[in-house]
Amino acid sequence: MTIALNVNGKSHDIDADPSTPLLYVLRNELALHGPKFGCGLGQCGACTVHVDGRAMFSCLLPIAAIGDRKITTTEGLLEGGKPNKLQQAFIDEQAAQCGYCISGMVMRAASLLRVNPHPTDAEIHQHMRPNLCRCGTHAAILRAVKRAAA
Amino acid sequence: MRLRSIFIAVVIALVLVVLGGIAWTWRPAIAPISAREASAKDQQLISRGADLAAIGGCGTCHTADAGKLLAGGLPLPTPFGTIFSTNITPDAETGIGTWSEAAFQRSMREGVDREGRHLYPAFPYDHFTRATDDDIRAIYAFLMSQPAIRNVAPNNDLTFPLNFRPVVAGWKILFLDRGPLQPDASKSVEWNRGRYLADGLGHCGACHTPRNGLGAEKKDSIFAGGSAEGWDAPALDATAARKWSADQLTDYLATGWHQSHGAAAGPMADVVNNLRHASAADVRAIAIYVASFSPQSESASPPARENQVPNAPAGTVAIYNGSCAQCHREADAVGPSKALPLSLSSSLRQAAPTNTVQVVLNGIQAYRSAGGPYMPGFDGMLSDQQIAAVVDYARARYTNQPPWAGVQDALTKARQGAAQ
Repeated sequence: MTIALNVNGKSHDIDADPSTPLLYVLRNELALHGPKFGCGLGQCGACTVHVDGRAMFSCLLPIAAIGDRKITTTEGLLEGGKPNKLQQAFIDEQAAQCGYCISGMVMRAASLLRVNPHPTDAEIHQHMRPNLCRCGTHAAILRAVKRAAA
Repeated sequence: MRLRSIFIAVVIALVLVVLGGIAWTWRPAIAPISAREASAKDQQLISRGADLAAIGGCGTCHTADAGKLLAGGLPLPTPFGTIFSTNITPDAETGIGTWSEAAFQRSMREGVDREGRHLYPAFPYDHFTRATDDDIRAIYAFLMSQPAIRNVAPNNDLTFPLNFRPVVAGWKILFLDRGPLQPDASKSVEWNRGRYLADGLGHCGACHTPRNGLGAEKKDSIFAGGSAEGWDAPALDATAARKWSADQLTDYLATGWHQSHGAAAGPMADVVNNLRHASAADVRAIAIYVASFSPQSESASPPARENQVPNAPAGTVAIYNGSCAQCHREADAVGPSKALPLSLSSSLRQAAPTNTVQVVLNGIQAYRSAGGPYMPGFDGMLSDQQIAAVVDYARARYTNQPPWAGVQDALTKARQGAAQ
């Protein structure tokens, strides 16, 4: 069965079981390796992507549920092939230790800055709560979000 | 002349009624004290008071901002309007810093503040009145030992005539049964201890007992099921969707989860997190007492059930498999994040879809820092139509209950609650 998905501005016809989580399609069919498989249970946020601008766990979102909503991954945030302001802020703050959570962190933060370009520290903390970092670079991650919001 | 004397008689009668009413509802102010007088030095008393305050859940309602513990301001929606919890830190101007112990005892037993004003029964003094003098003294010592925080709670937003506090005096005449409970000699010491905690400070009935039109608990329907903050507080009596044994309930209250029932979510998660401060013996006593209302009439762990649902739309089954079955995998085994086999879920078997809808929308986040059950919220990931279809499908597949009417309504209500 073919399902049409709009990913990073391009339409794709996906031939997969409709219960397949979006994450598997992004990584295995479309070779978008930004979103990561962390837990597959909606616990860690490594798989976070945007669906119509809102941050969501792609590991628990079957492609049957997406319809014509637009999907954006961290690759879709690039501007002319270069990191955008938020991604560059993560680089400048050296927010990545192993880096596995960072794509999800960027997407979670981007969904905040889209609706609230200058959040308070408390708003950033609250918003970033769903995403976990096992290396413990949360402090650098929060600095990166603040730098991008400045 | 005759008309004139009737008129005078009516005026006198009215004056008497008004004066009588004032006398009847009037309570004296209790003299203020200085903050220094109030602070107890007895650390043991303060520590016991902290544990009792946790069992009473003081901080759950009296805290709006986690950084301002007990400073009040939390809106409590009621059928009669919104009540804002008060500041119970020892701040002299905006809290209870000038309250003597006698004033605090009176507020807990009679629902009257230090100045003599009647308090609304959203403050569950109909339960707290059961607490012993010693326990109230300990809670007072604890509250007075806390940092004084200056915070003025917003004014209540109640409909007329309920915004006129003396009306509460009438409510008390009808519904407030003051004073301690007499122990029931035919029951065990543990059961009586459990009743003391559950009916007193724990105020379990405030949510789990239905209320009448005037907002008072129906005394002939104890634990027959009520509601709380947009959630259904399930029945705990013989009509419970799934009966509780004392062992099951002890585990559930201590950990927030039992595999034959599910997770404590919504307002009940606050209760579980509060009960971490209670001793294991007290948690067990509460469980023994509450479980005595639903004597076991079915096996402790019911067999898993899985029905064929031949008419389910393929799209709904795909969403169930892709979203739900990642954790709720097997019909008879607990999945990751302590995901129940759904045939054992109490929520899915309840008469109304309220709690199932709340959990699907918002997930279970209360135990993230403590370990315990977890579920992500699906609000926005799935559309309301998709959530409604998948909830109906799960109910048909995993319970023997009739289909729910009004899942869509429950979704709308849950959203309205979240927006408040």
